[in-house]
Amino acid sequence: MTDSATTPPSQPMAVLPGGEVTEDGPMLAADGRPLKHSLNRALRREKLRAFLLVSPLLIFILVAFVAPIAEMLFRSVENQIVSETLPRTVVALREDQNLPEEAPGEPVYEALYTDLFIAAEYKSHTRLGSRLNYEQTGLSSLFRGTGRDVGRFDTDIYTDQFIEAEPALEDPVAWSNWMADEEIRAALPQTADVWDAWVKLTVEANEDDPLEEDVEDFVYAALYRDLANGAAPAGFPDVDVSGFETVSIKALFEESDEDWVDPQIWQVIETYSPAYTDGYFLNSIDMMNGPDGDAQMRPDDERIYLKLFWRTMWMSLAITFSCIVLGYPIAYLLSTLPLRSANVLMILVLLPFWTSLLVRTSAWKVLLQQQGVINDTLVWLGIVSDANRLTLINNATGTMIAMTHILLPFMILPLYSVMKTIPPSYMRAAKSMGANDWTAFWRVFFPLSIPGIGAGSILAFILSIGYYITPEIVGGTSGVFISNRIAYHISSSLNWGLAAALGSILLALVLTLYWLYDRIVGIDNVKLGG
Amino acid sequence: MAALPPYASTGQKVWHYSYLVICAAIFFFLIAPILIIIPLSFNAENFFTFTPEMLALDPEGYSTKHYRDFFTNPDWQVPLWNSLKIAPVATFLSVALGTLAAIGLSQPHVPFRRAIMAILISPMIVPLIISAAGMYFFYSRIGLQGTYWGVVLAHAALGIPFVIITVTATLVGFDRSLTRAAANLGAGPVRTFFKVQMPLILPGVVSGGLFAFITSFDEVVVVLFVGSAGQKTLPWQMFTGLREQISPTILAAATVLISISVVLLVTLEVLRRRSERLRGMSPG
Repeated sequence: MTDSATTPPSQPMAVLPGGEVTEDGPMLAADGRPLKHSLNRALRREKLRAFLLVSPLLIFILVAFVAPIAEMLFRSVENQIVSETLPRTVVALREDQNLPEEAPGEPVYEALYTDLFIAAEYKSHTRLGSRLNYEQTGLSSLFRGTGRDVGRFDTDIYTDQFIEAEPALEDPVAWSNWMADEEIRAALPQTADVWDAWVKLTVEANEDDPLEEDVEDFVYAALYRDLANGAAPAGFPDVDVSGFETVSIKALFEESDEDWVDPQIWQVIETYSPAYTDGYFLNSIDMMNGPDGDAQMRPDDERIYLKLFWRTMWMSLAITFSCIVLGYPIAYLLSTLPLRSANVLMILVLLPFWTSLLVRTSAWKVLLQQQGVINDTLVWLGIVSDANRLTLINNATGTMIAMTHILLPFMILPLYSVMKTIPPSYMRAAKSMGANDWTAFWRVFFPLSIPGIGAGSILAFILSIGYYITPEIVGGTSGVFISNRIAYHISSSLNWGLAAALGSILLALVLTLYWLYDRIVGIDNVKLGG
Repeated sequence: MAALPPYASTGQKVWHYSYLVICAAIFFFLIAPILIIIPLSFNAENFFTFTPEMLALDPEGYSTKHYRDFFTNPDWQVPLWNSLKIAPVATFLSVALGTLAAIGLSQPHVPFRRAIMAILISPMIVPLIISAAGMYFFYSRIGLQGTYWGVVLAHAALGIPFVIITVTATLVGFDRSLTRAAANLGAGPVRTFFKVQMPLILPGVVSGGLFAFITSFDEVVVVLFVGSAGQKTLPWQMFTGLREQISPTILAAATVLISISVVLLVTLEVLRRRSERLRGMSPG
């Protein structure tokens, strides 16, 4: 075996029948190949077989679980809605020089007119408004209001003047012939672009035949701009637009809502026009993109998430700590009792562990009520008066009590499995050398049990910071966690990007802790049910 | 701590007994909230606390009307059946794929073993709300959101870590020379698996399956987002009940679920002892 490394395999083989090794050749397998190759091949096959056994599940998990998580991470930065809904405006804004001091120039409003007209037909402007409203309040109603007005803008003067000058321009069939001509398209770029958008809109949103519909005003407005720029393509009616009466689209927007000439509004649109944004993440930590594009803190009254993260963290810590305090004595008792009695008492730990989460939460909801069993008992015992029943639910106290109860088994089980491995003779040895009970425990047993505390704490903490159900039911408003906010943004406020960003931060936190847990305990050592 | 030596001092005795009292109190905290649900579910009134009649052990104070409601009211029966339709299929998927993968992972040479293990265990670690959010976004995109199969796939993914963990644990004690012996005697890989390996790792597979079943049967966060009204499960119904108008039938439902947990717990305990006996360990 060892000579195969020094001897090239091509050397003439000198081997005795049965694969015995000789002095001057590599060891061979039964089929005549060098043994090293055979072994390598067998190893490769074994690896492949193991991998094939794992791969169905791996693919399943990647599709059913990892892809959704990736999708969530993607959504936390994805921001295509602005550039998809207002494609022309975004391009025009990029070339505009007026921002941030004053409102953009006329070309931006012309682009916005086309975009908003189309968006209003698709009804996508309200979604864009809601999206931008997360960044600046008031934008939702701005888009909604102007979306209603935009179809009635006074741009029909262009339409009327064009048709008066050249009646053929009224005919959609003639238009479609012109717009099929590559040269005309090249000479009238804005018109061609807007025409395509109108055709698509008519077919998709209104399900009409563009050849039978009146061409919309915004197409004529684009045509006017192209012709006013001096375009005169061959084959297209020659209309002299120099004498045309014009209208300022910027003024029309201002008339619809004067916020449209507010540079701050435009600043927001410009900030959120790239396809990806850090806006959701900034929002998750109570920051925002300021008017000059720099990240800055939100006003004091809008800061909620840092507080919520902080509350989630400290409440989880407090819950973990109470789990240690309550779990340690139990685990110690179980580990020192004879195995038979320990197994019986273990059932008292495992039954809550196995009982449905909803059952345990319902139990606490019932017990902690003002008219519930705990308050009734306290009143009956005379500890509290009937008038001053304790508020134990719908606040942080409720969450703390119920979550401690729910997570306690997760603390006891790892503690117990670590404590069971500590030989009782250590304590006896300490005592025989003069330690009293406390010293023997504190100097010998306790340090040996710290890995169990570590494992149990990380487990309880990881589970606790992601909890949703229990805080939702017993937490009221002051006892809810960041998870509840995530759920709220998914199902009620529909701000999915923010939900995804909050989720990503929480996920990063949990994964860091998971990594720590893996380093300290090892994933393979996770034990279930004792 | 088991027994107090005869020479214990008074201080030691006091500490010993107060320690036992503390432990009893903690055990009480663990178990009482669950046990107290059971008598309350027999309340004849629509209250969530003990009525004077109940405390006086008057039969008038007790009734099974909440159970009758649970077993006849479609508000509870439909979710119960939905749960029973979703959980077994999800469990089957988790167990089939999970056992196969666990066997693969227990081979001596697996490339990227740690990374694969980390990915397979991740559904247990990632907070449910995050899984639910991601699945909601992704499953809507591929048209699975609000469908039966969407919920089944999601639940199967959540159950897989449990199957992997329990089956890998059983395989640690598995003597690999047995499969070689089977192969030597002429059995193909499939036959070896079903005749030799499967019977020996069965306790691990069954307890993994039970974990997967209870995960799906108890799960509420993911189904809230991935499911639609047609997939309303029992925990979902309990959750809405707790959040909106709480009806005492929920206590009857809870008691039924507690009984199921007890049955599962006993089954698992039996399986664990059997598995330890098979592996030649002392049966506790």
